[in-house]
Amino acid sequence: MSYPSNSNIHLFRNEILNLCKQDVAKCIQCGKCSAGCPISPEMDIQPNQIIRLIQLNDREGVLRSNTIWLCASCETCSVRCPEKIEIATIMDILRKLSLEANIQAGEKNIVKFDQIFLDSIKKRGRVHELGLVIRYNLTTGQPWKDVHLGPIMFMKGKFSLLGHRIKELERVKEIFRLSRRIKSQE
Amino acid sequence: MEIGYYPGCSLESSAKEFDVSIRACFTKLGVSLKEIPDWNCCGASPAHYLNEELALSLPYRNLIKAEEAKLQKILSPCPACHSHLIHVYNEVIRDPGLNQRLKNIVGKEFKKNSVSKHLLDFIKEDIGMERLKESITLPLKDLKVACYYGCLTRLPDVNIDDIENPMIMDKIIEAIGGEPIDWSYKTECCGASLSITRTEIVLRLVKPILEAAEEKGAECIVVACPLCQSNLETRQGDINKKYKTSFKIPVLYLSQLIGISQGINPAELGLNRLIINPTPLLLEKGIFEK
Amino acid sequence: MTESSQNENIEIFTYSEVIDVKGFVGNFDVTIRKKPRYVDMGKCTGCGLCIEKCPTKVPSEWDLGLGMRKAIYKPFGQAVPNVPVIDKENCRFFTTGKCKVCQKICPAQAIDYEQKEELIKKKFGAIIVATGFTQFDPSVYGEYGGGRFKDVITALHLERMLDASGPTGGHVIRPSDQKEPKNIVFIQCVGSRDESKGYPYCSRICCMYTAKQAILLKDHFPDTQSYIFYIDIRAGGKNYEEFVKRAQREYGAIYIRGRVSKIYEKGDKLIVRGVDTLTGKQIEIEADLVVLATAIIPQPDSKELAKILNIPHDQYGFFTEAHPKLQPVESLTKGIFLTGSCQFPKDIPDSVATTGAASIRACEILSKDELVLDPKIAKIDPEICSGCLNCLEVCPFDAIERNEVNGKIIAQVIPTLCHGCGNCAATCRTKAANVEGFADDQIYAQIASIVEILQKEKLLELSE
Repeated sequence: MSYPSNSNIHLFRNEILNLCKQDVAKCIQCGKCSAGCPISPEMDIQPNQIIRLIQLNDREGVLRSNTIWLCASCETCSVRCPEKIEIATIMDILRKLSLEANIQAGEKNIVKFDQIFLDSIKKRGRVHELGLVIRYNLTTGQPWKDVHLGPIMFMKGKFSLLGHRIKELERVKEIFRLSRRIKSQE
Repeated sequence: MEIGYYPGCSLESSAKEFDVSIRACFTKLGVSLKEIPDWNCCGASPAHYLNEELALSLPYRNLIKAEEAKLQKILSPCPACHSHLIHVYNEVIRDPGLNQRLKNIVGKEFKKNSVSKHLLDFIKEDIGMERLKESITLPLKDLKVACYYGCLTRLPDVNIDDIENPMIMDKIIEAIGGEPIDWSYKTECCGASLSITRTEIVLRLVKPILEAAEEKGAECIVVACPLCQSNLETRQGDINKKYKTSFKIPVLYLSQLIGISQGINPAELGLNRLIINPTPLLLEKGIFEK
Repeated sequence: MTESSQNENIEIFTYSEVIDVKGFVGNFDVTIRKKPRYVDMGKCTGCGLCIEKCPTKVPSEWDLGLGMRKAIYKPFGQAVPNVPVIDKENCRFFTTGKCKVCQKICPAQAIDYEQKEELIKKKFGAIIVATGFTQFDPSVYGEYGGGRFKDVITALHLERMLDASGPTGGHVIRPSDQKEPKNIVFIQCVGSRDESKGYPYCSRICCMYTAKQAILLKDHFPDTQSYIFYIDIRAGGKNYEEFVKRAQREYGAIYIRGRVSKIYEKGDKLIVRGVDTLTGKQIEIEADLVVLATAIIPQPDSKELAKILNIPHDQYGFFTEAHPKLQPVESLTKGIFLTGSCQFPKDIPDSVATTGAASIRACEILSKDELVLDPKIAKIDPEICSGCLNCLEVCPFDAIERNEVNGKIIAQVIPTLCHGCGNCAATCRTKAANVEGFADDQIYAQIASIVEILQKEKLLELSE
């Protein structure tokens, strides 16, 4: 198998450059991003390898990885990159490209959680933490996850039973309706 | 002094004690907080992850609400909320086209008259260390405190004194009579929202943080973020179970420690809401009387 | 050094600096500021008694603070001349008015507290700039401790410790507790190849001295283990690659391809967290000592010196050669040559080679009675010159001087300094200044004759 295979090898690099102004061609593959990434052990592709795969136009390989979903946006990679590449910003755009491309996410539950979280905002304008956690645990088929924390959290008053609903909820729904996944370049 | 206040969703429930303690100690400092009317969630990381425009327009609406209520400065205790608000503010100043686009989504235009401030920044710049010191009646008697910043120093548009070795919280602790420890883990990542989706990662990340704090002799950890507090405190039991450790180190909000040093009643600071009770420690140190 | 100090054709000005250079190739007027060392060089025998008896100790600059020196001292053992200097800032007599121990003890009566600074003016035919480099300060790397961790040192510190006559007598120890380290981590490219915190260029010498230090460590202390984090190994010199291989194969140095993200303090150890990009795994090493290969950077005052010498420098402050391939040791100013790391980071063989080349170039000038110049230089017709001196302002080489001929002020070109750039010709209002062979009339004539030929060959048609 020959690799890389695409005739225009700079396609993915240019796409990233256009979408978030980060040029992966600057990367010297020193690995400092992967060295400092707190989630590195759980990632199937290391951050520096993600950058390398973008350089080599392997769009699918990158978008299928669990790396882009496990990234906690702690920005350690970005602030320590000797070439000032904002790797965390690249991860941000990769997540959206993966959704756009309808690629099966490398971390299904994280996407699920994010969606439930946004649903919660859409319904009330604010997040209802207790409802969020219960719905997430039920949806992902792990109803007993963290239940041991439930009673104590409840006793300490850390969970409100009923969430707050904001007055201008319609406005928030409108915001959800109009917002595009990838910022329009108008 | 009256300023705007954006508590954010966590401070309404799981981090209620952050909210009440801020209100209590700011009252002591002569600052009254006016909540942004009918505020909405900033979108947090899920909006940031899934939808670029949503992540900008949700905070945008809050800025408009603040502006309409003539709140020029907004105190946002949650670093994530603050980061989102200040990021949108900076972006619309930088890019007029974006302001137009967000106006179309949200339905009103933000005139750039409201700006978010982070808790640490607000204490340092607007209140000042001198005024803070003047409000102290119960100095912390050299309580050994590990100041934990997490990713706070690296969040976009949040300016903290030093990315790798921030000292601002340490200086506040010093000012209220505590003794900040010098440690290497103050800016490590706590795993943030992976706590719910991939709990085992958070346990792996928090364990060395707790270890480092204890090794350097810290008697408690102080934080300025609801997520840090929850991951560092609530997960200690899970860590002990998984790694056969015996951590039981109190994790307090900065505003709670300030409030204690101001002599505010513990109940008003929500100390009873903490899962690891700091009262025995405070009694032992003679900060609280028996 | 000692040999050159004894050569009768060489005069060395130590503890002195060049503060002004006028003139041109073959005729430089140089002003040298000779600072007072408070020791009479003619009388001092270099016996060292004053150093022994001086009561004041301060951290030694030569040993980077790893050892102490006295307030009257020689910078290092082999320093030339073998005459000490009094450090006025720290000397007890200069700071309190009392002491004078050195004066009382000196058998040659060489101590002179009254010595004043001297300005020496001399003529020189050529100048070779060999001001060297300085070391990048790694304290901007907060992730490596930002200077707070005592056992994170630079390679230069280790070099001093490995020196048998150095501050530790050749023993390598941890500065924090004086214990012998077992695990030693080297981090390459600290300040080099880093546009964010340092400089984008490669410092060229670190790969080799690190391999050398790893070999010496294993050789002197067989219990030690070296780990070297690198991005690329740059061993492009004669026998260099073989040398690095020896460090790996015979001396067991472990090379790890990746950068270090952070160093943590844990107990009395340093936890070094990096990555091995070859396996794609994070790697953590419990180190006793961490050695940073810090970047080679220009001397802090190199840009000021460039101004004094009227030679160009690059964006960092390294002096620029006239041509990177064909004139590698010449500066753009005739008669001024460059060698060593004031030009860009160089190792010892390169520095020795360029010094030889620069010296020969200088001798070439000095050995001739007359210099052959490029004919394409400017000339100002004194009859037409109005004396406005605008040309003097725009000349980048200071090659125009004001002159008075029969009471009339005119501008005159110094042929040896002129590079024929044409700035003066373009500026001159009266057309008195021209580059020889390229006067306006001459250029028009050339164009006219080309047009004539082209028309004849039917290659060009001009419409009337």
